[in-house]
Amino acid sequence: MSSLDDYKGQTPSWCPGCGNFSILKTFKDAMVELGIEPHRFTVVSGIGQAGKFPHYIKCNTFNGLHGRTLPVATAIRLADHDMLTIAVAGDGDCYGEGGNHLMHAMRRNINVKLFVHDNQIYGLTKGQASPTSMEGMVTKNQPFGVFSEQLNPMALAVALDCSFAARGFAGDGEHLKGLIKEAINHKGFALLDILQPCVTFNKINTYEWYRQRVYRIEPEYNPEDRIEAFKKALEWGDKIPIGIIYRNNRLTFEERMPVIKDAPLVKQPFELSKLETTLKEFY
Amino acid sequence: MDYSIKIGGEAGQGIQTIGDTLARVFSRSGYHVFTHQDYESRIRGGHNFFQIRFSDKPVSASRDRIDIIVALDKESILQHEKELSDIGQIIYDSSGLKQKHEKPQFLDIPFVDLAIEHGGSKIMANTVATGAVLGMLGMELDILLAIIKNTFKRKGEDIIKANTAAAMAGHDHAVKQCMKCSFSAAPPSKPKMLIPGIEAIGLGAIASGCKFYAAYPMTPSTGIMNYIAGKEKEYGIIVEQAEDEIAAINMALGASFAGVRAMTGSSGGGFALMVEGISLAGMTEIPVVIALGQRPGPATGFPTRTEQADLNFALYTSHGEFPRIIFAPGTPEQAFYLTNKAFELSEKYQIPSIIIFDTYLSDSEWTYEGFDLSRIKYNDYRLRGEAFANLPEYKRFAFTQTGVSPLGVPGETRHLVVIDSDEHDEDGHIVEDAETRIKMVNKRLFKKLPLIKKEIEPPSIYGHSNPEIVIAGWGSTYGVMKEAADELSANLDIAVLHFSEIYPFPPVNKFNYIKTLEDAKMTICVENNATGQFARLMRAETGYAFNRSINRFDGRPFTVESLIGEINVLIR
Ligand SMILES: Cc1ncc(C[n+]2csc(CCOP(=O)(O)OP(=O)(O)O)c2C)c(N)n1
Ligand SMILES: [Mg+2]
Repeated sequence: MSSLDDYKGQTPSWCPGCGNFSILKTFKDAMVELGIEPHRFTVVSGIGQAGKFPHYIKCNTFNGLHGRTLPVATAIRLADHDMLTIAVAGDGDCYGEGGNHLMHAMRRNINVKLFVHDNQIYGLTKGQASPTSMEGMVTKNQPFGVFSEQLNPMALAVALDCSFAARGFAGDGEHLKGLIKEAINHKGFALLDILQPCVTFNKINTYEWYRQRVYRIEPEYNPEDRIEAFKKALEWGDKIPIGIIYRNNRLTFEERMPVIKDAPLVKQPFELSKLETTLKEFY
Repeated sequence: MDYSIKIGGEAGQGIQTIGDTLARVFSRSGYHVFTHQDYESRIRGGHNFFQIRFSDKPVSASRDRIDIIVALDKESILQHEKELSDIGQIIYDSSGLKQKHEKPQFLDIPFVDLAIEHGGSKIMANTVATGAVLGMLGMELDILLAIIKNTFKRKGEDIIKANTAAAMAGHDHAVKQCMKCSFSAAPPSKPKMLIPGIEAIGLGAIASGCKFYAAYPMTPSTGIMNYIAGKEKEYGIIVEQAEDEIAAINMALGASFAGVRAMTGSSGGGFALMVEGISLAGMTEIPVVIALGQRPGPATGFPTRTEQADLNFALYTSHGEFPRIIFAPGTPEQAFYLTNKAFELSEKYQIPSIIIFDTYLSDSEWTYEGFDLSRIKYNDYRLRGEAFANLPEYKRFAFTQTGVSPLGVPGETRHLVVIDSDEHDEDGHIVEDAETRIKMVNKRLFKKLPLIKKEIEPPSIYGHSNPEIVIAGWGSTYGVMKEAADELSANLDIAVLHFSEIYPFPPVNKFNYIKTLEDAKMTICVENNATGQFARLMRAETGYAFNRSINRFDGRPFTVESLIGEINVLIR
C-alpha cells in the first residue's frame, strides 16, 4: 500500500490560488485510495502550466511537447499495456495544438486517461484565448473579443463515441476524486475535462463564476444513452453539469491488437534466427 | 550476356507485375539483376515503365540500350523505340494498340487473343507477354510456372492452369515467330536474392529487433511500413498508421520510452512535420530511427520521382544542438546493414538516427548471393527487470564519463523514469539554472560526440588505387558511378569515392580519403540535386573543395551513359 507521502514531488511553481493545486491534491488522494504505486503508472504531459503536473507528484514521467501528449501516451500503451498511462494537458495543449490527436485517440479507443486542466485560457504564455475561451472574451491578443465559438469537448466526445467523457470542477475536490477514479477504472479512452480557475489571467471564469453554475449530474441520469448524453453535453451557461456525461464499453485498441494478446510488447523477446526464413522469401 | 528489358504502359496496365515476375525469373536463374522504375503520380493512365537489366556479371545500374521492349501502350513505342539496341525487338499487340508496325524490329504478339484462347480471359494477357519474353530469350518456362503456381495458390487450381496455359502460349508464339531474335541467355546457376532498397530498410529494421513502427503514408517511404506491417504477427511488431507525421514521431518516442525499439519514416514533407519531435528525441535522449525518403521538392514537388536534395534538411533539422547520425545507403545491401547500425548506435548513445535515401534506391532491385545475419548487431542497452531493480538509486540523466546515462525501462521496478523536454536535472525534473544547463549540454553533446564519431566508417573507394580522376558521391548514386568508372577505366585512372556514413562526418584516421582527393588531378562531386549539398558539407567539415561537380535535378536518376557523357565533357 502507498501513502500520500509516496507521491510527494517537487514544489509547484503555480500561482497561489491556482485551480491546479486542488487537482493535484485530489489526484494524489485518488491514487492512494486506488492503491496504485508511483512506479505503476506514467503521466505524459505537454507544455503549459498543466504540463508541469507530473513533476509535482512522483511517477514515471514523459513531459513532452506542447500538444503531443496523446501520440506518446498511445504508444506507451501499445508497448506496455500493463502500464497505467495518464495524459495531462491544458486546454490549449489538447484542444488547440493537439486537436487532431484527440479526435484520433477517441476513435482508436486506446486505454489512456486524458485529464484536461481546462482554465479556458493560455496560462503559461500569459493569457491568450484558448479553444474553450468563451465568445467575446477580450485578451491582449483578442482586443475585439473572441470571435470563434467555444469548443465543447463533451459534445465532441459524444459525437466521436468516446468511450468515457466526464467533466469535473477543481473547486469540488470530493466529486472530482470520484471522477478520477472512475476514469482510471474505466476500460477504454477516458476524457476528463476539469474546470480549473486561472486566478491570474481568466477574470471571467472565476471560482465564483463556476460555483454559481456547476451542478452535480443527478444520480438517475444514464450516461450510456448517447442521445441523452448529447443533450447533457450541450448544457453550458447558467447551468453547467459535472459528472460522467457519456460512457460506453467499446473494445479497446489494445484488446483488438492480436500482436499483444499474450504479453505486452515490451516483454516479448526478439529472436534474430527467425530472419533466416524471412530471407528465403527474397529468392 | 547483358540484356535490358523495358516494360512500358499506362498506370494500372500491370507493368509492375510483368516486371516483378521477370526479375524474379532472372534472379532465380542465378543471373545478376538490376531493376528500376519510372512512374507518374497517378493510379491510372499516363506513361510508366519498368526496366530490368540482367547479366552473368554483376550489374548495378540500368543502361540506355534496350534489347526487348514490351509495349503495352503507344507511348512506349513513341518514347523508347530509339533506345533499341542493334539486336533489339519491340513486342506489342497490334489489336490492343490499334496500330501495326512492319519494321523488322517489331514483333506483333496477340497478347489478348492468346490469353482468351488459352487462358480463357483477357486478364491473362500479361502472363502471355511474360512467357513471350522468356521465349524470345530462349529460356525455359519452369521457373515462371513455379512462380505462377505460388502466386495463385490461394486462387485455386483453375487459375493456375489458365495462367500456365497463357504463359506457354506466349512462349510458343515467341519461339516460333521471332525470326530475328538472336538472344541467348547464359545457362542458369544458383538462385540469387532479389531485393529493392525500400524492403532492405524494412528488413534491416526487423533484423534489429524493431518492435514499433508508426508512420503516415508518403512516397517513397510507404514501402517500409508496408513491408513491416506484413511481418507484424510473425515478429511481434506493432505498426500503427498515425494521424499525421507529428503523431508518428511522438508515437515512436513514446514506444521507445516504454522500452521497445521504435522507428518512423516519411519523405521530406512529412519529415518537416517531425522536426520538433526529433528535437525532443535530442533533449530527452530517447533512441529513435527515422527513415527519410527524398523526392524532388520543394513542397509536393514530383511525388514519384527522385532527388538528393534533403541532405541539408537532415543535417540541420530541428532546433537546438544535439548529436545525430545520418546514414545514406547506396545499395539495398548497405540499406540493410546501415539500418541495423542506425538502431545499434541510436540505442547505444540514446540519440536519433536518420537513414536518408531516395525514390531511386527505394524502387531499385539488386541481386545478392545473400545477406549475412552474423553481421547483424543486437545489443540490448536498456536496463530492465532485475538488473534495474538491483540499482540502489536511479537517475535517468545521471552524469557519467561517457555522457550516456542508464536507460531504464519504466514499470518493472520501483525506480521511476522521468524525462522532460524542458532542460532538466539528473532526475529529469525541470531546472532553470545555468550550471546544470552547461553540464547537460556537455553530457548530451560534447561527451557523446567523439565516441559516436569513432563508430563512423570512412567512405568506400572503388577502382584505380592511385586515381587521377575521382568521382565522389553519396547515397543512391553508387551503382551508376561504379558502372561509369568501369567503362571509363579503359582509358582513365579513375576511382569512385562513395560516402554512405555521412554524419558525423567520417574521420580520416582509418582511410585518408582527403589525401586520395588531393593527389588526384580532378575530383568531381556527383549529386542528384541543384546546389551540391554534399560538396558543401565536405568543405565545411574538412576544408576540402571538389574541383568539379555534376548535378542533376530534373527528377530523374543519373544513368550510366549520361554520367559518362558529363564526365567526358569535364575531362576534355
Ligand atoms: C509548438 C509550441 N508552440 C507554442 C508553445 C508556447 N506555449 C507553451 S504553453 C502554451 C499554451 C498554454 O496553454 P494551455 O495549454 O491551456 O496550458 P495552461 O498553461 O493554461 O495550463 C503555449 C502556446 C510551445 N511551447 N510549443
Ligand atoms: Mg489553459
